[in-house]
Amino acid sequence: MELTICWLYARTMNIYGDRGNVLALAQRCRWRGIEARVIELGVGEPLEPGRYDIFFWGGGQDREQVAAAHDLQGPKGETLRCEIEEGAPLLAICGGYQLLGRFYRPQRGELLPGLGIFDAWTEAGSRRMIGNVVVESEEFGELVGFENHSGRTFLGPRARPLGRVRIGWGNNGEDKTEGCRYRNAIGCYLHGPVLPKNPQLADFLIEAALRRRYGEIALLPLDDTLERVAQSSAVRRAQATR
Amino acid sequence: MDPRLSLAVGVSRLSATAIRRLGWGGGTALPGLLASLVDPAALSKLSRQLPAGCVVVAGTNGKTTTARMLATILKQAGHRVVHNRAGSNLVRGITAAIAEQSSLLGRVRGEIAVLEADEAAFPAVVRQTSPRIVLLLNLFRDQLDRYGELDTVARTWGEALTALPAASIVVNVDDPALAALTDQLASRRLTFGLAEQRCALDQLPHAADAAVCRRCGTPLTYRAAFLSHLGDYWCPGCGFERPPLDVAARAIALEGLERLSFEVAALGQQPWRVDIALSGLYNVYNALAAVAAAQALGIAPELIRAGLAATRAAFGRLERVCYRDRSLVIVLIKNPTGLNEVVRMLTSARIEAPLLILINDLDADGRDVSWLWDADLEPLAQTGSPVFTGGIRGADMALRLKYAGFPVERLRVLDDLPGALDAFVSELAPGQTGYILPTYTALLALRRALAERGVAPAFWRQ
Repeated sequence: MELTICWLYARTMNIYGDRGNVLALAQRCRWRGIEARVIELGVGEPLEPGRYDIFFWGGGQDREQVAAAHDLQGPKGETLRCEIEEGAPLLAICGGYQLLGRFYRPQRGELLPGLGIFDAWTEAGSRRMIGNVVVESEEFGELVGFENHSGRTFLGPRARPLGRVRIGWGNNGEDKTEGCRYRNAIGCYLHGPVLPKNPQLADFLIEAALRRRYGEIALLPLDDTLERVAQSSAVRRAQATR
Repeated sequence: MDPRLSLAVGVSRLSATAIRRLGWGGGTALPGLLASLVDPAALSKLSRQLPAGCVVVAGTNGKTTTARMLATILKQAGHRVVHNRAGSNLVRGITAAIAEQSSLLGRVRGEIAVLEADEAAFPAVVRQTSPRIVLLLNLFRDQLDRYGELDTVARTWGEALTALPAASIVVNVDDPALAALTDQLASRRLTFGLAEQRCALDQLPHAADAAVCRRCGTPLTYRAAFLSHLGDYWCPGCGFERPPLDVAARAIALEGLERLSFEVAALGQQPWRVDIALSGLYNVYNALAAVAAAQALGIAPELIRAGLAATRAAFGRLERVCYRDRSLVIVLIKNPTGLNEVVRMLTSARIEAPLLILINDLDADGRDVSWLWDADLEPLAQTGSPVFTGGIRGADMALRLKYAGFPVERLRVLDDLPGALDAFVSELAPGQTGYILPTYTALLALRRALAERGVAPAFWRQ
């Protein structure tokens, strides 16, 4: 078996260790005997429908985020939207997450259009929300990460959050929600990176990809002792620092 | 005499002495803070007294080593140098360092200051010290939770430099961000960089930050990438490229972990060689930076060469200590690029000795440990070294190594210090060398643990 991971804007939107998510997806495939190929897709490079099994999109600085937003206004964004509607698994962090919402409103200047996959929008804020985060998710249990954003994301009536923050700011520092879920897409503010310390999320994405490409397939269990040690030490650290 | 300044200096020096006597630490920050409370203009008044002015050294990596090299060169040249040696590089640490070297009447005992400045403190430090020379080393992704995005740092630096019309700027133009930043200041800029194809990497590492043209946003093309995003580059979009080098290093020889040497090629000079008891390509950059700044100060090559030959490793920078018949080599790691270079140095010297990696996440380390995932640790998985991890976030480091393909059987998570030190040392055979890679506050804790065991002097005595 083989899965192809599409790393969107790998060279321009890859901040705070986001690349660790791609390493986690690839390694957790390989450890199960599934071949994993990683293809980086940058600004101006076309997205071929049906070629990719998992999408990953990280955070970036303002300038790079603007370039990505413009790059997705057209057929490339349309293809990505169709893939997600058809159940392709996707993980987007911070800047990538924001652009999957309807728009990003900067401090000044024009509204930055998003893909509108999540019924959500983001407004630039003046306060930077930084620190360890612990999230309770009905679907995935306890999640831990590190947030670092000034954008405040608000969920519309049709949006489902990834979970509720127990420690940390979350989407906007007000309503205790964190992230957003739609079909097999996950958007959130969790750097850290999120997948190595929360392997259940990585396995959710891999399983969804295998199901879509190969039909019903049970995922082999892995020895996640070290992952659990790192996860609980990060949770303890979050409790001590916030 | 300025009574207010005199009081500020007195308060700073007395509190520094008190803090050390009480064993509370190095007394390198609080005294400076008190001094600026007494006299907010203390730093600018003190630095104005220096007849030969100030040199401010800034950059993500290499500040402490470079400042130390330059101070040693200046001493060789017979100058009395004021220097913030203990790596206290915020306004308060710099104030305390100069106060320490002043009389109680507020007179500075020195001719020239070499001051390393923290990235975030850089604008305030240059505003208050009006340096004669600003030495810019590099801009890497480091502790982004503290500094904000690189673009922001670059912008505030640019504004600070523009507001300093009299300063000469000595700059590493192998860093495209710094080259672009100082482009408008070319008339008072002295450039340095490497002219050595043999040191080029096969590809840009993942932690390379500025691989995009600062002018037009097009990804840069590298004729040679030497260290992270430092190299000889050009932009296919707008034609921006590395400016010509005023001072270049070539014929670089890296000899294991012991020595390095290179040839300095500068305009209007016969090439001359320098030889230093430090290793790693990053120390070539540090030494070259010190050479370029010393040349800008008009120091002769023989004196520069002698100063570099006399330079020893700074606190925790490839420092070697002996403990219980074992040899410990300590290398500070602060960010992905620094960690990449340590891995490159260890693997290229084919070192297979046990490693202890200590990761803390306190303010001075950066509270976000996700930077571990920006480093390329995959080459370590190919060596036979057993790796121990420790510190507050030792488990995160172990997990990073697992995903780098490191065999879990050769990985062990130890406790925090000082327990981790004892456990690690007892794993070493008598006579064996072990390598310890701590983050900044872990280095302080390690130093404390070693001092308690009678091994190394406390860092503020260095």
